[in-house]
Amino acid sequence: MKIPPLTIDGVREGLLSRQFSATELAGEALRFAEGENATTGAYLHFSPERALAAARQVDDKIARGEEPGPLAGVTVAVKDVIVTKGIRTTCGSKLLAHFIPPYDATAVERIEQAGGILMGKTNCDEFAMGSSNENSAFGPVRNPVATDRVPGGSSGGSAAAVAQGTAVVALGSDTGGSIRQPASFCGVVGVTPTYGRVSRYGLTAFASSLDHIGPLARSVKDSATLLGVIAGHDPRDATSAAAPVPDYAAELTGDVKGLKLGLPREYLKDLTSETGRLILKGVDTLKSLGCEVREISLPATDYAIASYYIIATAEASSNLARYDGVRYTFRSGSSETLSDMYRNTRGEAFGAECKRRIMLGTYVLSAGYYDAYYLKAQKVRGLIARDFANAFQQVDAIVAPVSPFPAFKLGEKVDDPLAMYLSDIFTITGSLAGIPCMSVPCGKTAEGLPVGMQILTRHFDESTMFRLADAFERTQTR
Amino acid sequence: MKITEKEVRHVADLANLKLTEAEVARFQADLDGILQHMDRLNEIDTSGVEPMAQVLLGADPGATLRADEAVLPLGNLAALANAPQPGGGYFKVPQVIER
Repeated sequence: MKIPPLTIDGVREGLLSRQFSATELAGEALRFAEGENATTGAYLHFSPERALAAARQVDDKIARGEEPGPLAGVTVAVKDVIVTKGIRTTCGSKLLAHFIPPYDATAVERIEQAGGILMGKTNCDEFAMGSSNENSAFGPVRNPVATDRVPGGSSGGSAAAVAQGTAVVALGSDTGGSIRQPASFCGVVGVTPTYGRVSRYGLTAFASSLDHIGPLARSVKDSATLLGVIAGHDPRDATSAAAPVPDYAAELTGDVKGLKLGLPREYLKDLTSETGRLILKGVDTLKSLGCEVREISLPATDYAIASYYIIATAEASSNLARYDGVRYTFRSGSSETLSDMYRNTRGEAFGAECKRRIMLGTYVLSAGYYDAYYLKAQKVRGLIARDFANAFQQVDAIVAPVSPFPAFKLGEKVDDPLAMYLSDIFTITGSLAGIPCMSVPCGKTAEGLPVGMQILTRHFDESTMFRLADAFERTQTR
Repeated sequence: MKITEKEVRHVADLANLKLTEAEVARFQADLDGILQHMDRLNEIDTSGVEPMAQVLLGADPGATLRADEAVLPLGNLAALANAPQPGGGYFKVPQVIER
């Protein structure tokens, strides 16, 4: 049986019309994914037993005439920073190479309750720190569109898995762009929902005031369906929001007439590249669909990178303090005293980017620097959030690039961490404000590299964001 | 220069991170460049702006509190399952007090 890349609706039709069973589909998907993985390294490990057990449950439900759930038989790849009970969760780190979590993340639990099939765990930058997936202790991921290029990061494995068709949808995590940027680089849809929309119970903490779980998919509708399944309040995550969750997928009417869109002046000045031309072409398309476009201003944009990399690294330095050789599998073998054990374990196990960020975060929180760096960065974050609040008094959504450039070559930027940080400018602002934002494919460069267009909306207004992205997607030829 | 090698060693101590000499040199250069970029924060006026520590300030503070009921914890066996050195129901570590 050869299965083409399916949508969620396609899987459902196939199952209900008995074209294939969930077990056949999962088995074929696993065989295909294991073969493809030699090219991209998108997955760190597969979970065939769990996948086939879940598929059998779906088949049983269908045989009994029961509703099999909104994700029945849908293959899902999960970023390896999201814990899965009994299935290794490494966070792309040597430190957790053998870590077997004792519980499931809420998002994973909800996917399986909805009939979804866990394919395996996807590669990522160590502890989700990176923009190229080159910081994984288990090797980089290659972009399935052009295998000499990076897939983006940190959710590079999830984006690559969806792009190469080895899963219908995937879960990623996003702190400063880690879902949207790889989605853009791999030519798929990537969604960072409102902060608090999806429970982070079971997401390994990087920067707690910025961390999100979100979907990656080959269509806007599939990303909307997956978000609908994983969103909503969870008593196990005190930061998860109580706001009601709409039926996102049902709201995709294709009608965006009269929506007011903002183009940030501060982002446009750098839009002379091929990426910029594709974004502006996308904006013209949205105009032709009846949207009103106006220029807006987000004046604090120039300070966003500094603010983000202070706040994120400060929080990371605290969150990563727990990896001390006591509880989490890896301990350096050569320590006489407890303090040596801490130092040696962390020195041996963390990769260069994690160390760099722990150092930076510890520095900005240390005596004498707290006010100048950390507190100042939080105030600037307040200004960035205010910029968006002001903009959303004039417009319903903001359209922007995701990344200043398309996927770059492996190794091209590894030696210049600041340059890598600076390339996060368009995704970081939305993360700091905590608003929903997504990347939707908007064409390819002359070299055939995908480019994503970013859509940002008000807190908890994922509906408008999805509706716009879906209407836009309908105009694009695949 | 924003940061010296001596300060890099001090920060590594605070972070319980053992660095090689090569790492100290590398991080001195990296952090120096990054901190120079961070200095642009001094250009922007933030007087009267509240530091933003969390996103959803508008929400009712009690909106997401769960009922105050006891629930079963993970349990000792599960908590110790990933320990590098469990023993007697505890996490074992090297000598704590240095003589």
